Amino acid sequence: MNFILDYFEKIGFYILYLINELGSLIIYIWNCILSLFRYSINIDNLFDQMVFIGVDSFFIIGLTGLFVGMVLSLQAYYAAKIVGVTYMIGPTVALSMTRELGPVLTALMITARCGSSMASEIGTMKISEQIDALEVMSVDPYYFLSMPRIIASMIMLPILSIVSSLIGILGGYVVYKFFLGLNGTVFVDMIYKYMKLSDIYNGLIKAVVFGIILATISTYKGYEASGGSKGVGRVTTQAVVLSSIYILFADYILTSILF
Amino acid sequence: MIILENIDKSFKGLKVLDNLNISFEDKKITVVIGRSGEGKSVMLKHIVGLIKPDSGRVLFNDIDLNTINKKELNELRKKFGMVFQDGALFDSINIFENIAFPLRQHLKLSEGDIIKKVMSGLNDVGLSGIELKMPSELSGGMRKRVAVARAMILEPEIVLFDEPTTGLDPIMSDVINNLIISTQKQLKYTGIIISHDIEGAYKTADIIAMLYKGAIIETGSAEKFKKSDNPVVKQFVTGSMVGPIVI
Repeated sequence: MNFILDYFEKIGFYILYLINELGSLIIYIWNCILSLFRYSINIDNLFDQMVFIGVDSFFIIGLTGLFVGMVLSLQAYYAAKIVGVTYMIGPTVALSMTRELGPVLTALMITARCGSSMASEIGTMKISEQIDALEVMSVDPYYFLSMPRIIASMIMLPILSIVSSLIGILGGYVVYKFFLGLNGTVFVDMIYKYMKLSDIYNGLIKAVVFGIILATISTYKGYEASGGSKGVGRVTTQAVVLSSIYILFADYILTSILF
Repeated sequence: MIILENIDKSFKGLKVLDNLNISFEDKKITVVIGRSGEGKSVMLKHIVGLIKPDSGRVLFNDIDLNTINKKELNELRKKFGMVFQDGALFDSINIFENIAFPLRQHLKLSEGDIIKKVMSGLNDVGLSGIELKMPSELSGGMRKRVAVARAMILEPEIVLFDEPTTGLDPIMSDVINNLIISTQKQLKYTGIIISHDIEGAYKTADIIAMLYKGAIIETGSAEKFKKSDNPVVKQFVTGSMVGPIVI
């Protein structure tokens, strides 16, 4: 009997924890939005974050896109060869990259590279009282620390997603033409034939949403740090795991709405 | 004048402040002493609205900090400076930018004026020439002096010191105590220091108050504290392990 009660107690505790977390996150988002109306955005901070999230990530995002595009081309070839539609490899790679893999992989890579950094930086500031110091100096931490990161992420994710998709398609083309020995013109022509503008901008809408999600969750988790370096490590892990889950969840919702 | 009135504060069921009442006189230095973990830092954070009380009022010139909105609170905080226990310097920017930070945020000064003010602030705390160093390159005592310079840069009306001499050697502790006395004389601010350094308290305080079990149990001059009959105060100031304070 006690075993059953313990079981329900654990479920209840977990539900209360989730409600508490959700409530705190909503209050956090509300405070961030309010800070936008109270103060004008700090351009220097925003620019620094755009460089960190965007420019500094170009190489890793390009590399990820390149390999994913190349693998896609190879995998599509094995399937397309069986049914004799190798001319469809181009659209397969291009549509997969622009609609799905470009935005999602970019978001997951930026979560790993920058989301973890946001959570650990803000977490360290929290435990060393630097955020208290900001508040005592009448500087709103949501305006000063959170919003530049969220806006920069929102702006840079679509740009990085375009880079990832373009390089991915290029990688696919290289494999198609030079490794598989197929006609490169067909690859390009078929992309023109089957790809619509909506495939591109819907992918970009996804990237904007993912950018907001990863920066919001990562900065929010940073403020939750407590208990020294172990606490910073814990919130950093939570930031990456939660951001990734929310991105994949949002991806499903957006795909079902947009396409 | 700052008044803390009937303040109660608990964390996870543990009562830290229990009907705390204290007032801080203008342009005087009040040192609140007490054992570690008695709630001194919690009390200090109530004064600047970093922590809200479960019940009771924090009054600054008759304004209740709990009844004002965030924008009003931020305006009010411009009158405060605070020196945190470990300095709380921003570790991603150098010393110059740390001290210049409040100036850049709240005043529209030319770069030349900012340089002049920061250099003068560093000179006042005896640290000329370290402006390009990063906080991690400084010793504990230097970090605290930089924190003092940053807290004073906007010439605040009230300065809060969170254990300014903790973790420092006796000579550096004396340097910090003298710095507090000299800056208070110069700027005429209301100083609120929390500390368990009793010798430092005797040296810097106009008024000493003792926090014990979440409430103020005695207030008065250094002389009064030295002659106090209160067994708790007596045990604390003599540093004896025998007495009513349970270890």
